[in-house]
Amino acid sequence: MEPIYLDNNATTRVDPATVEAMLPFFTEHFGNPSSIHAFGSQVGKAIKQARSQVQALLGAEHDSEIIFTSCGTESDSTAILSALKAQPERNTVITTAVEHPAILTLCDWLEKEGYIVHKLKVDKKGRLDMDEYKSLLNDRVAVVSVMWANNETGTLFPVEEMAELAAARGIMFHTDAVQAVGKIPMRLKDSKIDMLSLSGHKLHAPKGIGVLYLRRGCRFRPLLRGGHQERGRRAGTENAPAIVALGKAAELALAYMEHENTEVKRLRDKLEKGILARVSHAFATGDVSNRLPNTSNIAFEYVEGEAILLLLNKVGIACSSGSACTSGSLEPSHVMRAMGIPYTAAHGTIRFSLSRYTTEAEVDRVIEAVPPIIAQLRKLSPYWTEKGPLTNPEQAFAPAYA
Amino acid sequence: MWEYSDKVREHFFNPRNSGPLEDANGIGDVGSIQCGDALRLMLKVNPETEVIEDARFQTFGCGSAIASSSALTEIIKGMTLDEALKVSNQDIADYLDGLPPEKMHCSVMGREALQAAVANYRGEEWHDDHEEGTLVCKCFAIDAVMIEDVVKANNLNTVEEVTFYTKAGGGCAACHEGIEEILARVKAERAGPGEVSPPLVQIEPATKSAIPAAAPAAAPAARPRLTSVQRIKVVEEVLESLRPMLQRDKGDVELVEVQGKHIYVNLKGACSGCMMEAATLGGIQQKIAEALGEPVLVLPASYMALEA
Ligand SMILES: Cc1ncc(COP(=O)(O)O)c(C=O)c1O
Repeated sequence: MEPIYLDNNATTRVDPATVEAMLPFFTEHFGNPSSIHAFGSQVGKAIKQARSQVQALLGAEHDSEIIFTSCGTESDSTAILSALKAQPERNTVITTAVEHPAILTLCDWLEKEGYIVHKLKVDKKGRLDMDEYKSLLNDRVAVVSVMWANNETGTLFPVEEMAELAAARGIMFHTDAVQAVGKIPMRLKDSKIDMLSLSGHKLHAPKGIGVLYLRRGCRFRPLLRGGHQERGRRAGTENAPAIVALGKAAELALAYMEHENTEVKRLRDKLEKGILARVSHAFATGDVSNRLPNTSNIAFEYVEGEAILLLLNKVGIACSSGSACTSGSLEPSHVMRAMGIPYTAAHGTIRFSLSRYTTEAEVDRVIEAVPPIIAQLRKLSPYWTEKGPLTNPEQAFAPAYA
Repeated sequence: MWEYSDKVREHFFNPRNSGPLEDANGIGDVGSIQCGDALRLMLKVNPETEVIEDARFQTFGCGSAIASSSALTEIIKGMTLDEALKVSNQDIADYLDGLPPEKMHCSVMGREALQAAVANYRGEEWHDDHEEGTLVCKCFAIDAVMIEDVVKANNLNTVEEVTFYTKAGGGCAACHEGIEEILARVKAERAGPGEVSPPLVQIEPATKSAIPAAAPAAAPAARPRLTSVQRIKVVEEVLESLRPMLQRDKGDVELVEVQGKHIYVNLKGACSGCMMEAATLGGIQQKIAEALGEPVLVLPASYMALEA
C-alpha cells in the first residue's frame, strides 16, 4: 500500500518542477554570483528572478526587501536580534506563548540576558486577547513578534491588525509566517508588517533555504557579517540552487493558492468531519473557523499520541503528535498547555496536515483507519471501560502515591 | 521516532494479557494521566501457594509503556510473589531487548506497579518508602527515595539518566540541583574501600575538629537537631552578618522562606540580576551551610513560584 503523507507542516515534498529548476545550478551554472565572469553573472540573474518570484508570493513592494537566509530559524533570530541591536534604548519583546521554539527559545535566552519578554496568553481556542496586547504597547518595546499561523493547530493570528497597532505606537512588527506563506494569500505592501520569516521546506522547496522579508526603511542590523551578499544584510555565498528552487516553489505556490484554499480545505474538512463522526470523545483543537486550510489537529481523549502514531505508521499513514513522548520532552506540547487542553486530551493530540498532493482516496483511507486504532488503544487504557471513559478518572484510578 | 527493538514493537502491536482481570486479588495502580502514562496491574494470586496464576494490565501511555506492561505480565506469570518482587526494571527492559534510554521510566513504572499490586494483595498500604522521601521533582511528583533507589539499582551517573529513568527533572529543571546532590551522595557511598569520594558540599562544620581527619566517608558527627525555629534563627544571623558587606556594594539581602534544605532569599539592589548574583548566592549558601552544619540550597525567591 502506498504510504500517505499527512505531515506537511513538518516538511514537504519538493515539487519535481522545482527540482528540475535547481539541478543545473549544481553542475552547469555553479559559478559564484559575485564573480565578474560569465559563470557568475548567469547565477546572479537567476537569483534576481527568484527574488522577484518570492516578492510576488508575499505581495512585497520591492524585490530588495527579500533577504535569502538558511532557514526559518535564522530569519527569526535575525529579525528579533536586529530589532534589539538597532534600538538599544528599547529592551522589551512582545510575543505569544504558542510560538515555535525558533522564537520561544530565543526569547528565553534574551530574558536571561536581561531583556523583558511578554508572552501573550491564548484562550481555549488559541486566540489572543487584543486588549492585553494593546495594554503592553509602550515605547520600551523594541519589537512585536507574533506568528501568522500556528504550526500545531493552524490557528491564524490577526497579524495585520496587530502590526497596525504596533506601527501606530512606532513599534517594529515581525511575524513568523513559516506556516502561512504559500497557504494563504498575502499583500505585505498593504500591511504594516516590518519583517516576516519564511522557510522553503514548508512550501515544497528544499530544506536549508529561508527568507527574511525586511520592509524598506526598517532599521536593521545583520546577524552574519562578512561579504556584501544580500547587500551586506546577510553575508555568506548565496545557496544558489536552493534560492532558484525557492523562487520556483513560490511561483507554484501562488499558482496553487486558489486550489489550497478550496480543494485542500475541502479535503481537510472532510477528513476532520469523517473522523469526528466516527470517534467519540475527540475534538478539533484551535480556532477551527479561522485557521490554515490544510491543518487539522484532533485531540483523542484517554489515549496517548505516540501509541496512535505507531499504529498509524504501521498502516502507512504519517502524521505527528503534540504528545510528550514524541517530542522527546516529558510534557505535552506547550501549545496544548497554553490553550488549557485538559491532560486527558493533551497527550492524545494528532496533527493531520495536508498538501496539494493529498488525494481524496488518501483522505478516505485515513478516515477508515483512525477509528479502529483509537478503539484498540482505548481498550488498553485504564481510564476507559466498555461504556466509555470512567466518569471520574482521578478517583477510579487511584495510585498509591501521586 | 524512537529506535524501538523488534521485541518492543512486537509487544506493542500484540500486547499480551491486556484488559481487566475480573477476579483479581491484587491490584496496583501507578502513574497518572497528567504525567502521560498510567498503569494498572491486576494479579490473581493463589492464596495457598502465593503463585501468580494470572496477570493482566491496562495502560495509558506510549508504545514502550504498553510494551513494558505486556512484558511484565509475561515475566511474572507463574512466579511466587517473593520471586516476582525480585524482578527489577532492568529485567523488564532486558526482556524487551532493551528500551531507548529516554524510555527507561516505562520499565520503572512496571516495577512500581508490581510492588503496589503485591502490597495490595497482602493488605498492606503500599508506600514504596515514599513516606520518607522529600519531593524532589515537583513537575512529576518524584521524591528523593525513589530517585535514590533507581540511581542505585541502575548505576546512574547523570541528571539526564535520572530523567530518562524516573522522569524527575524533565519538567521545569528547577530540581536538577537536588538530583545532583542525590547522585553525589550515592556516588560517595559507592566508593570502594580505601577510596576517597569528593565531599558533597564544601561544609566545614564548626565541630570539624572533632571528626578524625582520616575518616572522610564517615558519617558526620552527631549534632543536636535544630528545630525549624532555631534553624531560621541561624540563617537570619548569617544573613545579618553578610548584609554590611553587600550594602557596601549597594546591594542587600532578605530572607523570604525556609523550606527544609531550600532557603529562599531576595537579593536586592545592585546584586539582583547582576552577573554576580549566582556567585553571591553561592557565597551565602556556603556560610549558611557552615553555620548549620548541613548542606543547604540558597535560591532566589523567584524560584519559589516556579517550584510551587
Ligand atoms: C512556525 C515555525 N517557525 C519556524 C520554524 C523553523 O523553520 P526552519 O526549520 O526552516 O528553521 C518552523 C518549522 O517547524 C515553524 O513551523
